Amino acid sequence: MKYKGRFGDYGGFYVPEVLISVLEELEEAFFRFYQDERFVAELAMLYKEYAGRPSPLYYARRFSEHVGCKVYLKREDLLHGGAHKVNNTLGQGLLAKYMGKTRLIAETGAGQHGLATAMIGALFGMETKIFMGVVDIERQSVNVHKMKLCGAEVIGVEGGTGTLKDAINDALRYWTAHVTDTFYLFGSACGPHPYPTIVKHFQSPIGKEARQQSLEIIGRLPDMVVACVGGGSNAIGIFSGFVEDKDVRLVGVEAGGASVSSGRHAATLVAGRVGILHGAKAYLLQDEEGQVRDTESVSAGLDYPAVGPEHCLLKDTGRAEYVAAEDEEVLDAFSLLCKCEGILPALESSHALAWLLSQKGKLDADQVVIVNLSGRGDKDVGIVEKHRPMSD
Amino acid sequence: MKTYKQVFAELKQAGRPALIPFFVIGDPDFDTSLEIVKTAIDAGADILELGIAFSDPIADGPTIQKADIRAMRSGMTVAKACRFIRQVKDYRDIPIGLLMYYNLVYQYGTEKFFTEFHKAGVNSVLVADLSIDDAGEIEGPARAAGLDTVFMVTPITAPERMKRIASKTTGFIYTVSVLGVTGSRNELSDTVEGLVARLKKLTDVPVCVGFGVSKPEHAAAIAAAGADGVIIGSRVVSLVEANLDGKQKMLAEIATFLTEVKTAISPA
Repeated sequence: MKYKGRFGDYGGFYVPEVLISVLEELEEAFFRFYQDERFVAELAMLYKEYAGRPSPLYYARRFSEHVGCKVYLKREDLLHGGAHKVNNTLGQGLLAKYMGKTRLIAETGAGQHGLATAMIGALFGMETKIFMGVVDIERQSVNVHKMKLCGAEVIGVEGGTGTLKDAINDALRYWTAHVTDTFYLFGSACGPHPYPTIVKHFQSPIGKEARQQSLEIIGRLPDMVVACVGGGSNAIGIFSGFVEDKDVRLVGVEAGGASVSSGRHAATLVAGRVGILHGAKAYLLQDEEGQVRDTESVSAGLDYPAVGPEHCLLKDTGRAEYVAAEDEEVLDAFSLLCKCEGILPALESSHALAWLLSQKGKLDADQVVIVNLSGRGDKDVGIVEKHRPMSD
Repeated sequence: MKTYKQVFAELKQAGRPALIPFFVIGDPDFDTSLEIVKTAIDAGADILELGIAFSDPIADGPTIQKADIRAMRSGMTVAKACRFIRQVKDYRDIPIGLLMYYNLVYQYGTEKFFTEFHKAGVNSVLVADLSIDDAGEIEGPARAAGLDTVFMVTPITAPERMKRIASKTTGFIYTVSVLGVTGSRNELSDTVEGLVARLKKLTDVPVCVGFGVSKPEHAAAIAAAGADGVIIGSRVVSLVEANLDGKQKMLAEIATFLTEVKTAISPA
């Protein structure tokens, strides 16, 4: 490898030898193409015409009244596919095309990354295989169906807990055996180098746009930027636009599940300890011996025991703070945004809204907060109905 | 304590490669696992490769992953694995290579982990998710503890990198015969011969071949290619899985299979 892929001591590439050469190939290709004129132009066109960028920055007036400050939503939920995931799959998909790979594989939790990969597989005419835990297939059946409609093969993963981490395990295993023709389109800003760097790069338009829109619409930078954190791709995408603006407070909201104190959660940065999983050194939810713990969250997309290495560094340096929102608060926030704005947020994004609501009374009325509304909640209607059945 | 050097020197005299079965410590439980390992020793194992179960074994296929789950469910811990090694060594002074994932070492404390396992009787460590690029994190503690280091080479490892891997390896090079994770296969990769030959030209470090070795014929082909050892993992572990309800049959089948392999790799 040319670079170490470290964020402080975090990150790196802790992988079996067989993956080294393919990660080297990926690193070389990314740094060859990411500033290449033709690549940049093609990706910009796809962002605009296929994905629907730039996404709006919307002043949520009625929701703001509930929080007690000015809340703007970065509407990544309006992108094609319904989430920020398409930013990354377009970027990596195009990279795969430039590299001459013929097959895309991806892991998925909530199904948003799987769907965004399936879309791009269809767009570029590539064979696409999506690895998904059987538990997640069950709770995100609509996305499974959409992936299949786009021509992808969805492979159920039974090992372990049948969730995102197990899907990553199996995708890595498949890649190990098919390194020559297969591109592993990794969904979050975690995993081995160079993925945290690649994913951040392709998600950085969120932050760049939000910063510029803030200056144009509000006339100044926000006081705070809030995003949910699972692996951390939407958060690193929006944080990257503001990390140099020292006065902008950055808050990442993790999945508090049943509650952090109960141990049934996925709040890695809040309650984890440094370890090594999926090729990177990062905070990790694990037992005393280092066996990775089961996680729990109402949102499949945040149900992951590790987190991106750059978030670990941002936590340690204090540049960003990380908190958790519990399932019940998240469901409340989901309902509230539906009712007062007519916007169905993804349960993942609802974590950011939930934490912000918990700050009511602590924020000045003229404070400006940007929440990254990373995805739309259509996929979650069934889950919400299960937890909060509607009376007729 | 018997060293790899002694074993490989003896086998050179005998004109055959080392028979190296792999088992997950504590699969399906501590006591049965110990009986399995003793059976393998009696059937002619020259070196043992023993793995510590991990929740997310990304370098392993379904057979080893299931063995990991069985071992963890039976209550395996790092401390129990250390006790297991001591009991194996009490039975026979046979070199033992330990295979594990990095997080287990990291959480235990690398120096403490290596020191305790060497004291228990381990000869070498292979950290499945640590390549030579990060070898610095384990090399010092391994040497200080008196452990050999084992690293992997694959069919797509470039010659320059092979040399670097060989220079970091003091035990034996674990040569992966096929692209992919561990697991039994019907056909042995046709790249094995060339791979062993290329490695032999580059280094004097013993070259052992594993991944996908599941038939006596495979082992014979690896022996013919000039390898110093044949590592058999998933195939023997699958015999554990297939006989979870009948221990005697399990032990008998493992003994029979290893004896067949031993015959296949021995000079006629």
